[in-house]
Amino acid sequence: MEEVRLMKGNEALAHAAIRYSADGYFGYPITPQSEVLETLEAEMPWDTTGMVVLQAESEIAAINMVYAGAACGKAVFTSSSSPGISLMQEGLSYIAASELPALIINVMRGGPGLGTIHPSQADYFQACKGGGHGDYHMIVLAPSSVQEMCDFVGLGWDLAFKYRTPAMILADGIVGQMMEKVVLPEQRPRRTEEEIRRQCPWAVTGKKGRKQNVGTSLELDDDKMEQNNLRFQRTYREIEKNEIRCECTNTLDCDYLLVAFGSIARICEKVMEMAAEEGLKLGIVRPITLWPFPYAQIAEAAKGVKGILTVELDAGQMIEDVKLAVNCNIEVKHYGRMGGNVPTPDEVLNALKELFINEKK
Amino acid sequence: MDINDIIKPENRIYKRPSLLTDSHMHYCPGCSHGVVHKLIAEIIEEMGMEESAIGVAPVGCAVFAYNYIDVDFVEAAHGRAPALATAIKRLQPDKLVFTYQGDGDLAAIGTGETIHAANRGENIAIIFINNAIYGMTGGQMAPTTLLGMKTATTPYGRRADLNGYPLAISNLVAQLDGSCYVTRQSVQSPAAVRKAKAAIRKAFENSMAGKGTSMVEIVSTCNSGWKLTPEQSNKWMEEHMFAKYPLGDLKNV
Repeated sequence: MEEVRLMKGNEALAHAAIRYSADGYFGYPITPQSEVLETLEAEMPWDTTGMVVLQAESEIAAINMVYAGAACGKAVFTSSSSPGISLMQEGLSYIAASELPALIINVMRGGPGLGTIHPSQADYFQACKGGGHGDYHMIVLAPSSVQEMCDFVGLGWDLAFKYRTPAMILADGIVGQMMEKVVLPEQRPRRTEEEIRRQCPWAVTGKKGRKQNVGTSLELDDDKMEQNNLRFQRTYREIEKNEIRCECTNTLDCDYLLVAFGSIARICEKVMEMAAEEGLKLGIVRPITLWPFPYAQIAEAAKGVKGILTVELDAGQMIEDVKLAVNCNIEVKHYGRMGGNVPTPDEVLNALKELFINEKK
Repeated sequence: MDINDIIKPENRIYKRPSLLTDSHMHYCPGCSHGVVHKLIAEIIEEMGMEESAIGVAPVGCAVFAYNYIDVDFVEAAHGRAPALATAIKRLQPDKLVFTYQGDGDLAAIGTGETIHAANRGENIAIIFINNAIYGMTGGQMAPTTLLGMKTATTPYGRRADLNGYPLAISNLVAQLDGSCYVTRQSVQSPAAVRKAKAAIRKAFENSMAGKGTSMVEIVSTCNSGWKLTPEQSNKWMEEHMFAKYPLGDLKNV
């Protein structure tokens, strides 16, 4: 049954995965997301649900274990943080190209390089524009609360299995580390092998009663490989049509629009309150799916506004998509902090005034 | 006696394994891969595990192993086959899970996955084709290339001071507590083929018995890469490869 708990975002990911009937987790420790593996090992789900939990020798091994598990039709996932996710990019490309469902969690830290262990959102490009090789996309979900960390595990798997594509939870280090109340879902039973054979006729389960199944991304016939690519693209168009999610707050009547995702959208709510006290009306669009991106929703919310500020923990990545959303017809500016710094609401409000209001005086 | 009196099912002493497909193999004439593929197909059939065998194909010449051995397969990224096999076996413990890898795949880019899968004692069988060269990419130096051996990237012969030493990775794997059976075999003669078959069968049985990781190294030829005829290759292998990679069991517990 459902259970109300107080816990970190990273812990919620682990509990949610067990309850959403995960078959396997393969991961490697890296700050700030090591609590996912630690929580799973402490919960010992192999004794209760039969879930496999394995600390791999590297992120490269972990993502390839996920690739194989996904090829078996299993609900498998991994979690890491930015440098580890960089190591996984080849595997992600293979999973996408083999049309397999998998869940990948990136609790972002500041880069580039070894960077810092503190929060960041600077993996936006990598996650949304295809960090690995070739033309592929992942569904990218951006949680802004511990509850969403929990909920997006189930949502991520549902979408991944529906479209046979990898889904990523792109969380910033703040959401991973902060503690909040969370309602954990009921325990779902894991699927039996028979159910997997029925639901995933492509799965590698041993060729009982059918012809050979092969999980592969290899196709040396140019025309067939082009057809594969066209099929991937059709899936992506379908996802863009059906799966865009975003949250609009106060966007029907506002002077300026803030666009932010993850924990930064929560900071923007405070900015909006503070601005209202000064008589300045702000609206917020929080993209929940970063890919597919809510272009139309932002264009709609931006009607009549004087300007748009994207607030990001990076040097300005999502701003490119926001500019595309409004075709550069409205002034779009960026305010961001880097290096693991997180802006205060004051700072964001002052930045908005500096960039749009004071400058024009 | 008419020939039709002889060709009867009860007189048949040998047949093509039913799991070996009719696909035209892309391997060069004289290559060892075809023989080892046949052995694997034969053993899976003899063990009655057609419906529960899952192979992991490598990157390299055997990348299309699944076109020839008619069981379920997953095609790995270069070197990652033991990681894939780890997940498949842990998620489906009742399946017979094996990898099929060459020396570049297993002993260079995939050394980490090989060592750690064996060290965890994953209940998988690793079939390792060691022909001391990168065949598919055109005959470059492999970790197992012998000193002095000419390849596309050691055109004057492998030098220890420039390229390091040939790696006997099976000896390393035999040192690990998680491995239960490590053996080195070859397939250049009927007697050798019979021994190799027994070794692969033992590896498969070990993995189903949960005894840990088994690895069967097949010291092989690559006559195209070695620029020798198939017959010369077999002789060259016996004279040079066996000195560095002596045949026999390295571990059997």
